[in-house]
Amino acid sequence: MREFWRRFRRNRGALAGLVILVLIILLAAFAPLLYPGSPWEMATAPFVPPGEEGMLLGSDSLGRDVAAGIAHGARISLMVGAVSTIAALSIGVTLGAVAGYLGGVVDDAVMRFTEFFQTIPSFVFAVLLVAIFTPTIGSVVFAIAVVSWPPVARVVRAEFLSLRSREFVQAAEVLGKSRIAIVLTDILPNALSPIVVLSSLMVASAILLESALSFLGLGDPNLMTWGFLIGAGRSVIRLAWWMSVFPGLAIFLTVLALNLVGEGLSDALNPRLARQRGGAT
Amino acid sequence: MEPSRLPGFLLRRGAKAAIVILAIVVCNFLLIHAAPGDPASVIAGQSGAADERFLAQLREQFGLDKPLHVQLWIYLKGVLTLDLGFSHRQQQPVWGLIAERLPATLLLTGAAFAFALAAGVTLGALAARRVGTWADSLITVVALTFYATPIFWVGLMLVLFFSVWLEWLPSFGMATVGVELTGVAAVLDVAKHLVLPAATLGLFYLAVYARLTRATMLEVADQDFVKTARAKGVPEGQVVRRHVLRNALLPVITFAGIQAGQLIGGSILVETVFAWPGIGRLAFDALLARDYAVLLGVFFCTSVMVVLFNLLTDLLYAVVDPRVEVEG
Repeated sequence: MREFWRRFRRNRGALAGLVILVLIILLAAFAPLLYPGSPWEMATAPFVPPGEEGMLLGSDSLGRDVAAGIAHGARISLMVGAVSTIAALSIGVTLGAVAGYLGGVVDDAVMRFTEFFQTIPSFVFAVLLVAIFTPTIGSVVFAIAVVSWPPVARVVRAEFLSLRSREFVQAAEVLGKSRIAIVLTDILPNALSPIVVLSSLMVASAILLESALSFLGLGDPNLMTWGFLIGAGRSVIRLAWWMSVFPGLAIFLTVLALNLVGEGLSDALNPRLARQRGGAT
Repeated sequence: MEPSRLPGFLLRRGAKAAIVILAIVVCNFLLIHAAPGDPASVIAGQSGAADERFLAQLREQFGLDKPLHVQLWIYLKGVLTLDLGFSHRQQQPVWGLIAERLPATLLLTGAAFAFALAAGVTLGALAARRVGTWADSLITVVALTFYATPIFWVGLMLVLFFSVWLEWLPSFGMATVGVELTGVAAVLDVAKHLVLPAATLGLFYLAVYARLTRATMLEVADQDFVKTARAKGVPEGQVVRRHVLRNALLPVITFAGIQAGQLIGGSILVETVFAWPGIGRLAFDALLARDYAVLLGVFFCTSVMVVLFNLLTDLLYAVVDPRVEVEG
């Protein structure tokens, strides 16, 4: 663990990303204390520019505090990012493990299925899913999970394919361990590092996807989200630039931080690769 | 690849593409039936009348009273004859609506793609030649930035900067409203409207292609045939262009093909921001009106576009690189 942290720390970008991420998590956690009350309520006159009348980031067309919206939106963005990633991981890891461990016809079938999901335009598909199952937080998470599992399945399958013929797995088979036990206790723990790296990137893209969906008006109508804030600011951009600028910066910082942390994780978990990449990436 | 093996390769890829398209049709069909409420009441709601007799008539008209597999068969036959259903909101066949909007989307995505590929490869190649210098770091930082920015927000920021503050470029539509232009003037007008949307859509992919080109060029630069070329005394510029870049481009092309689907998905957002009259904007309007027939039609058409595009890249790849694997 200490070794891991030492390697992670060496990547300065990753460290900066971690700091930003922690700050955003704190913002989300303390949003109800920082901005008590509903972010939907009027706080002041409409279109107050940033810094005036106690509005740090200005107010929107109905006099709502943009900063309060961003703080409360952080909760939704992070939550959707995390939950849909967990859901996508469970689909992807299961399918990838089955395909990689069993091989043969099952592998073929699962990979065709995965390819299909990688071929269809994922954003259009997500839009369609949310529209048909009516926009709620549940359908948004579901749609994001459905379009983002294929890379996980591919990575897990590749890991399982190479691990299942290794000696320690063969030893476990000879000892008469059940297949499920082998998959869960012998192979999966050894395939974890690429999954960890991938999941931080998946949280980032899930946040981007969620913001795009709510920008199109496909967010949960009862929840304040960053994408909704930008969507609301779109038509009045000539009048109130702050309405769309600040929520966008929040998304950018969060996603950037997650990407940087992902790179740091990748360096720390695959030291050999990191050294190779020294000049190459 | 040897020319004699090309037809077989084409046939296999074609068959695969056909299966994917078939699966998409089935997927669409299942989604219609997964939607809450039965399709007849949805249609009735959209056309604004809903008594029992009308509902029954609709059910009969669309075969909704038949068993599911018969309905699937009817739906499949419809799609094969380009009958993608009827938009009761707009009182027009879906295919007509889409066909009318398709050229605008193709223009936008084509321009964005060309811009992203040309600029991305150039920047990536520049970064690879100057590894470790400030130019390299700058290109890497720019790539990371666009990687992390929501595409619709980039669009809005460009509007804010170039249309609202500088007033250089128009911020919405495809042509100036209320002015009749012909010939060169009309083309220039559309081009001016195209700049911001195409830049928005292209910037993200520019970042992707720049990173990819840089990485593959550095990989290729280490290989023996490059060292040989240098040892032979080939001038540096020629080594980079003819030996390194040419070989580094192949993975970029493949990747670009895989990403075509996302480019089209991104165009929904960009067309929404810029009111660009393409199928993305059509999808957004359908979304507001909960016009499922149009949404499903857009999904089908974009999927087919992606499949065709992938087919094209496969083919291009096979022609360009004789070592390419033709199995699968």
